[in-house]
Amino acid sequence: MDNPFVIAFGLIMQADPALMQIISLSLRVTLSAVVIACAIGLPLGAALALSRFRGKAMVIVIFNALMGLPPVVAGLVVYLLLSRSGPLGGLALLFTPTAMILAQTVLILPIIVSLTRSVVEDLWAEYQEHLLSLGAGRLQAVPTLLWDGRVSLLTGVLAGFGRASAEVGAVLIVGGNIAGHTRTMTTAITLETARGNLGLAVALGLVLLSLTLALNAAAWGAGQWAKGRLG
Amino acid sequence: MSRMAPHTQPILPLSLERVSYSIGPATLLQDISLTIPAGRRLLVMGANGAGKSLFLRLCHGLIDPVSGRRTWASAEPRPKAQAMVFQRPVLLRRSVAENLAYPLALDGMERAARADLVAQTLDRFGLRPMANRPARLLSGGEQQRLALARAWAMRPQILFLDEPTSALDPSATRMIEGMVAQFADEGITIVMTTHNLGQARRLAQDVAFLHRGRMIEHQAADTFFAGPETPEARAFLAGDLVW
Repeated sequence: MDNPFVIAFGLIMQADPALMQIISLSLRVTLSAVVIACAIGLPLGAALALSRFRGKAMVIVIFNALMGLPPVVAGLVVYLLLSRSGPLGGLALLFTPTAMILAQTVLILPIIVSLTRSVVEDLWAEYQEHLLSLGAGRLQAVPTLLWDGRVSLLTGVLAGFGRASAEVGAVLIVGGNIAGHTRTMTTAITLETARGNLGLAVALGLVLLSLTLALNAAAWGAGQWAKGRLG
Repeated sequence: MSRMAPHTQPILPLSLERVSYSIGPATLLQDISLTIPAGRRLLVMGANGAGKSLFLRLCHGLIDPVSGRRTWASAEPRPKAQAMVFQRPVLLRRSVAENLAYPLALDGMERAARADLVAQTLDRFGLRPMANRPARLLSGGEQQRLALARAWAMRPQILFLDEPTSALDPSATRMIEGMVAQFADEGITIVMTTHNLGQARRLAQDVAFLHRGRMIEHQAADTFFAGPETPEARAFLAGDLVW
């Protein structure tokens, strides 16, 4: 009965309240971060693709580099911003789910921006003459390009979701891993493993693994569907 | 068939006065002067690289001349009552009906009027059975038919066609040529590039012949085909390799 896998399956099958609370908070934090990153990143990436300005190449390189931003660094930056002596210290957001959302947004925003820029740039190369011929300016082209690139963009958004849900460093630094308040799947796995409470750690690991698998299946399915349905 | 015409102000003739276009040191179109009156079918001919597609883009307003003047009768810099169909049709990743509706929405047409015109266009061009199919999964001929139908739905006074049949088989080519002839019969001015002599003979009322970025001949099609004035055009009609 001490087998961690047996315990893990038991917790999952019984929908253990502590397990469910951690999963629920993790999903809430990550989904919020993805929504915010999309709201900023999709228009920003499209604008970057269609605009011409000095230093554009440098901005692109920076966003591309930030895709590999180590989560602990993102967490540290947000920590410095939100700590009592930081510029946003007065908001008292440190060690709250909001701080974790902010850290994950910082982490996945470069992915959304870079992917959107790449997708929109490719589509613009294909559509440019046609859209200009129809009288659409660059600004009017943005929603058209985002919509027509929706499948590729969805894949990127799912990749962003995957990165955010799997990271541990950033949320640990700015969330503090407080039980019932800021404890996510990844921080709980770290803690419970160190404590030797492998049943809960394995249960959370299985859920996280299933989530990653489901996301990849969704991305692959969307791509296949698009090939057959949109051309 | 009666057609709504929101852009009723006549935009033709289109006049080019000594227009040139260059990229860096390369002059790609040089000193072209031409007037395109309403209701004509002008075929623009010349070898590959002669500047036919650029000429069409310059007339349509996709590029601006670096020197000379391009003027429309309506005095607008780029009137809306014009459309262009490209050699390789550019179709949005949407259904056939949505591709037809897109430019109408862009032009500010109300939803109900748009739906009516899309339905009318689908019926007229035999696209009704494929209205909900993804446009990019149609055959080459069907895609070009849709591109022409979309251009027609925009109710242009002048239609620019850039070698619209160059990638099509004879059957699809015949269909596209039939559509172009019908458009002309409805009063739409046609400016079309081709290097297909047979096609030019079938469709042209006027011919403009380009050679290395210069318009070296512009005359009635009958006169051009009976006896071109320049050795380059004579060589082109004789099937010689011109460059």
